[in-house]
Amino acid sequence: MMQDPSNLLVLALVLPVAGLLLTLVVGGRYAGRIALWLMPVGLAVAVMLVISVIRADDALVYYLGGWMPPLGVALRADGLSAIFILTTVAVIGATGIFARAEFRTPPGQPETRTSLTFWALLLALWGALNLVFLSNDLFSLFVALELLTFSAIPLVCLEGSAKTLAAALRYLLFALFGSVLYLLGAVLLYGAYGTLDIGLLADRVRPEPVAWAAAALMTVGLMTKTALFPLHFWLPPAHAGAPAAASAVLSALVIKASLFLIVRLWFDVMPALMNPTAAQVLATLGAAAILFGSVLALRQARLKLLIAYSTVAQIGYLFLIFPLIVRPESVAFAAADLSSELAAAVVSTSAWSGGVLQAVSHAFAKAAMFMAAGLIAQSLGHDRIADLSSIGRALPITVLAFALAGMSLMGLPPSGGFAAKWLLLTATIETGQWWWALVILGGGLLTGGYLFRVLAPALFGSRESVVLRAPVARYREVVVLALALCSVLLGFVRLGAFDLVQIGRLAKAGMGLP
Amino acid sequence: MISTTTLFGLSSVVLVGLGLFGLIVDPQPLRKILAFNLLGGGVFLLFGVIARRGAGAGLNSDPVPQALVITGLVVAFAATALAVALLLRLFQETGQAMTLDTEDPASHAPARSNDP
Repeated sequence: MMQDPSNLLVLALVLPVAGLLLTLVVGGRYAGRIALWLMPVGLAVAVMLVISVIRADDALVYYLGGWMPPLGVALRADGLSAIFILTTVAVIGATGIFARAEFRTPPGQPETRTSLTFWALLLALWGALNLVFLSNDLFSLFVALELLTFSAIPLVCLEGSAKTLAAALRYLLFALFGSVLYLLGAVLLYGAYGTLDIGLLADRVRPEPVAWAAAALMTVGLMTKTALFPLHFWLPPAHAGAPAAASAVLSALVIKASLFLIVRLWFDVMPALMNPTAAQVLATLGAAAILFGSVLALRQARLKLLIAYSTVAQIGYLFLIFPLIVRPESVAFAAADLSSELAAAVVSTSAWSGGVLQAVSHAFAKAAMFMAAGLIAQSLGHDRIADLSSIGRALPITVLAFALAGMSLMGLPPSGGFAAKWLLLTATIETGQWWWALVILGGGLLTGGYLFRVLAPALFGSRESVVLRAPVARYREVVVLALALCSVLLGFVRLGAFDLVQIGRLAKAGMGLP
Repeated sequence: MISTTTLFGLSSVVLVGLGLFGLIVDPQPLRKILAFNLLGGGVFLLFGVIARRGAGAGLNSDPVPQALVITGLVVAFAATALAVALLLRLFQETGQAMTLDTEDPASHAPARSNDP
């Protein structure tokens, strides 16, 4: 079977779905075991996928049933998809190990509905994310997004209290608004160009009113699902109310899926439409998200809400890549001769690498932070920031993990967040857009501010001893630490490795411009 | 005299407009769910119109949008069911389902601590 590496794409989708069906058949007692057995296999598949994409130096394509587009539907994995699939399985695997204590059925006791729901939804989430990263067809992507929403929303209200139910319903209404707008855009594109296949659309889309309308509708729809400012209202209550393991996956991965689609849309589906004005608008919203999210995070009294607002802020960085990849026209026209054209290509590559590195390191860091907050809340019985004094003495590993993850969010060297923000800063300077550099630096300072509010009393509090309400299992602390370390160690990845991002891209970055 | 296709196209525009208005403006969750269905209906109708208009190759109409509309209907139905189930559960818990704002911890006022 491994003769043809494109079979890996099918395997990446079949594994979680098969696990989900098996879970529903055998029931909640074995659900955790099935999920935890599948995750190493999924990790192996993801690693093989990355290796195959690098070895082929091109995207892997699988035609379902052997039918080629426009009649059939294709799965396609380029470098970007491969990176996201690997990140997904790593974070979901760590979440699975972390959640084992919370959602298992002890022998001799009746199985609980929460346990079955959690594991089934975790597998569903994994499958839906892989489908988002692999689909090459706007309608399959719609279905994938809906699957993702439907598996994410019950995770928000696993606890079943009125507050989490209201958060889940609000999340669902925002998500449905987003997906209908996305679908409307896709319908308009089909009406104008007669296909939904990304590869065919890339050739056919012209800069004309119908394409503009479709792009605007789809972007706003996906922005709603990504919780980009000013459409972020649903995120903090939803992510802060979910159980720690669920918040970790929601904040680290689920919002990245719709972000991935925005990137795919603008750079792969409609490269002809990408222009500096649109890019500046997206980045302005991103900058506003960084500032508002960070300031609101500074004002929160609860640790989980602080982390949720920090997600709102960190999403903003990912939208800064648009104007850095698509240069303003003055710069583009200045790049008249071949050598500076080459230099421009290098710049856009560093923006790409910075954006992807930011997404991946944020995924690891945010998962680690939510899990650390979960452990703290579990052991203290609350997560009020004001009462976290000296918690570092009682839970040294957890607080260390929180601090390391925070280091990556702030962008302190040598973390992954530092490398990402450094690449973005380099790109802002090289494209002559210094105002975005100010936003990146200001955001870093604000991030440092809200993390200091948590870490300073936690590490240097005056209380002599902290009474823990419940002990914390050592292996759970180690999982959190491992995630935080991943986020930091990403800073050491040889930056050349992120050329993987460029493999199999339909339109080379920024090349759609004169 | 406008053709049937144009008439249906215009109706779909009206449905989309009404649905969007309701989904954004109306504060009641149940009405938002209904507005979402109206909006979805408008989008599916538009897709049907596109199938009719884009019919080529001697077919009566383009079969691809019809297949997609069926899938879309299933998805919209599932979404509505999930939303209504959540709303019912919320009603059982709180005894009221007219607004989502009572429990809002995301308000811009400095957050209060909700723990005992």
